[in-house]
Amino acid sequence: MVSIDGKEHSDSLIRVRNLNKVYRRGGETINVLQGLNLDVEKGEFVAFMGPSGSGKTTLLNLLGGLDTPTSGTVTVDGDEITNMSGRNLASWRARHVGFIFQMYNLIPVLTAFQNVELPLLLTKLSKAQRRQHVETALSLVGLPDRMKHYPRQLSGGQEQRVAIARAIVTDPTFLLCDEPTGDLDRKAAEEILDLLTELESNHGKTILMVTHDPLAAERADMTLHLDKGALVEAAS
Amino acid sequence: MKYLPFIFRNLFRKKTRTILTIGSIAVALFLFGLLVTIETALNAGVDVAGVDRLIVRNKISLIMPLPVSYQERLRQIDHVSEATFASWFGGTYQEPKNFFAQFAIDTETYRTVFPEYQIPDDQWQAFLADREGAVVGRETADRFEWEIGDRIPLQAPIWGGTWEFNIRAIYEGTQAGHDESLFFFQGKYLEERRPWGKGMVGWYTVKVNDPDHSVAVSKTIDERFANSSYETSTETEKAFAAGFAKQIGNIRMLILSIGAVVLFTLLLVTGNTMAMAVRERVPELGVLKTLGFGDRTVLSLVLAESLIIATVGGALGVGLAKLFTLVGNPTGGILPVFYLSTGEMLLGLGIAIFVGLAAGSIPALTAMNLRIVDALRRV
Repeated sequence: MVSIDGKEHSDSLIRVRNLNKVYRRGGETINVLQGLNLDVEKGEFVAFMGPSGSGKTTLLNLLGGLDTPTSGTVTVDGDEITNMSGRNLASWRARHVGFIFQMYNLIPVLTAFQNVELPLLLTKLSKAQRRQHVETALSLVGLPDRMKHYPRQLSGGQEQRVAIARAIVTDPTFLLCDEPTGDLDRKAAEEILDLLTELESNHGKTILMVTHDPLAAERADMTLHLDKGALVEAAS
Repeated sequence: MKYLPFIFRNLFRKKTRTILTIGSIAVALFLFGLLVTIETALNAGVDVAGVDRLIVRNKISLIMPLPVSYQERLRQIDHVSEATFASWFGGTYQEPKNFFAQFAIDTETYRTVFPEYQIPDDQWQAFLADREGAVVGRETADRFEWEIGDRIPLQAPIWGGTWEFNIRAIYEGTQAGHDESLFFFQGKYLEERRPWGKGMVGWYTVKVNDPDHSVAVSKTIDERFANSSYETSTETEKAFAAGFAKQIGNIRMLILSIGAVVLFTLLLVTGNTMAMAVRERVPELGVLKTLGFGDRTVLSLVLAESLIIATVGGALGVGLAKLFTLVGNPTGGILPVFYLSTGEMLLGLGIAIFVGLAAGSIPALTAMNLRIVDALRRV
């Protein structure tokens, strides 16, 4: 069950406590996140909505260990990531987080296969094992026949599928999606959302997604709104 | 190793730029190879000169002769194990550009003093048996396609007329750097045919039984002939050769200066390439870090690209320089020792690797220190 009340929940996969993020631009201080609390259980699909600049992406960055909070803690599966060194955090990200971006962020000089293989290069898997994992991931997203294609040879929807394959190939603890359908037409967006829903329901993936799209948010188990740096429950 | 395909993909995302950078490094290292070859050639005599050999020449000038009678007197000096002599012939083969040095030698002692010239015994005996016989170095023999038994005419501006020689032996050096361009013939032949200068020789080479005595023996020799009609100036063969090289100027300094400029230019070229490569790839580097690539891994990936560019360019340049020296001696024998040693090739490659590391270090550090959120913002 998703919770934002800050009370202790023993079965939380992700636990955020009193999270604050302050940006300073010139003489101005911007409190993007203010005392934010969040508990997410394993296998839940949560959507975050809110106006531009409300701190959705900042929250996602903090949950994924891409940025450090001004204060507060983020604990994932028992690991408090807010205290980790840069090196440990990188290693933690490789093992626990799958990232899906709005602009796909594939490496243009690598084929779909090589893009999906990238996170596996950080593991001790053999070449044959890596190949097996990549083929499984690409099959799961419906692109087993596009392995040798470069990103420029794929449609936007296909690129995002490759990005999803890259995100799930290491079987991470949870997926972070930043506007995953923001650059896609309706049909492709629906296909991507179907895929994310399938990953949650059939494979038990925990998914946290930032979106502007109410139709996308509808796919989630719960939608939370970011308002003045704090989370507000919108629907479930 | 598992990152190599990724590194190579990145290297060739801008093929033209990468190829041009590799080309720049190759040209620079080719130039380096040639400069080192020339420097080696100029100092070849110094490098292979024996410290146990002394050159005894006329105190006035090298071109002034010494009496042949000095040979026996030199032999009598303590710690001198042998004394041999040679005279400059100065002949021309067909035309002046076909330069190679020719010496009339004392056949009885020359081989003892210069054992580094390897001559098969049967050829040496054939040379001794023919008053017009000659021994020629492998390089000159190959250059003019001479074979044993060939009759070679040389114009002799100093002694007059055309002198004919029979090639009886071909010598080879025992190590790289030995001059294989020389042409020797019997001193007796010169003595018999020349119209003037009889009883004189060009200079002596004295072998001492212990290099530690070289300075003392030099002093003794010059004292022995002091106040005579033919005073001597004696120095080690190494010092003699170094003096010869110095006459051309401070080549080493010149080469070092050119080398330093080349190195600096290389740093700029390679550094610029790597800086551009990193600048263009900031979002991708952010993605790599997001996926869990550590700062050091990102640093290594960028450095590896720089190193590969520099190493490939360096190997290409040094390899071409080596090829150039193997194809033939472009100086027409003026620099008889024209070769690029393995050590110098490795030095060139080392310089290229240093350039790769130095030029790639700043872009690599930039990549390493990139903040993920800043990098992703540039998508």
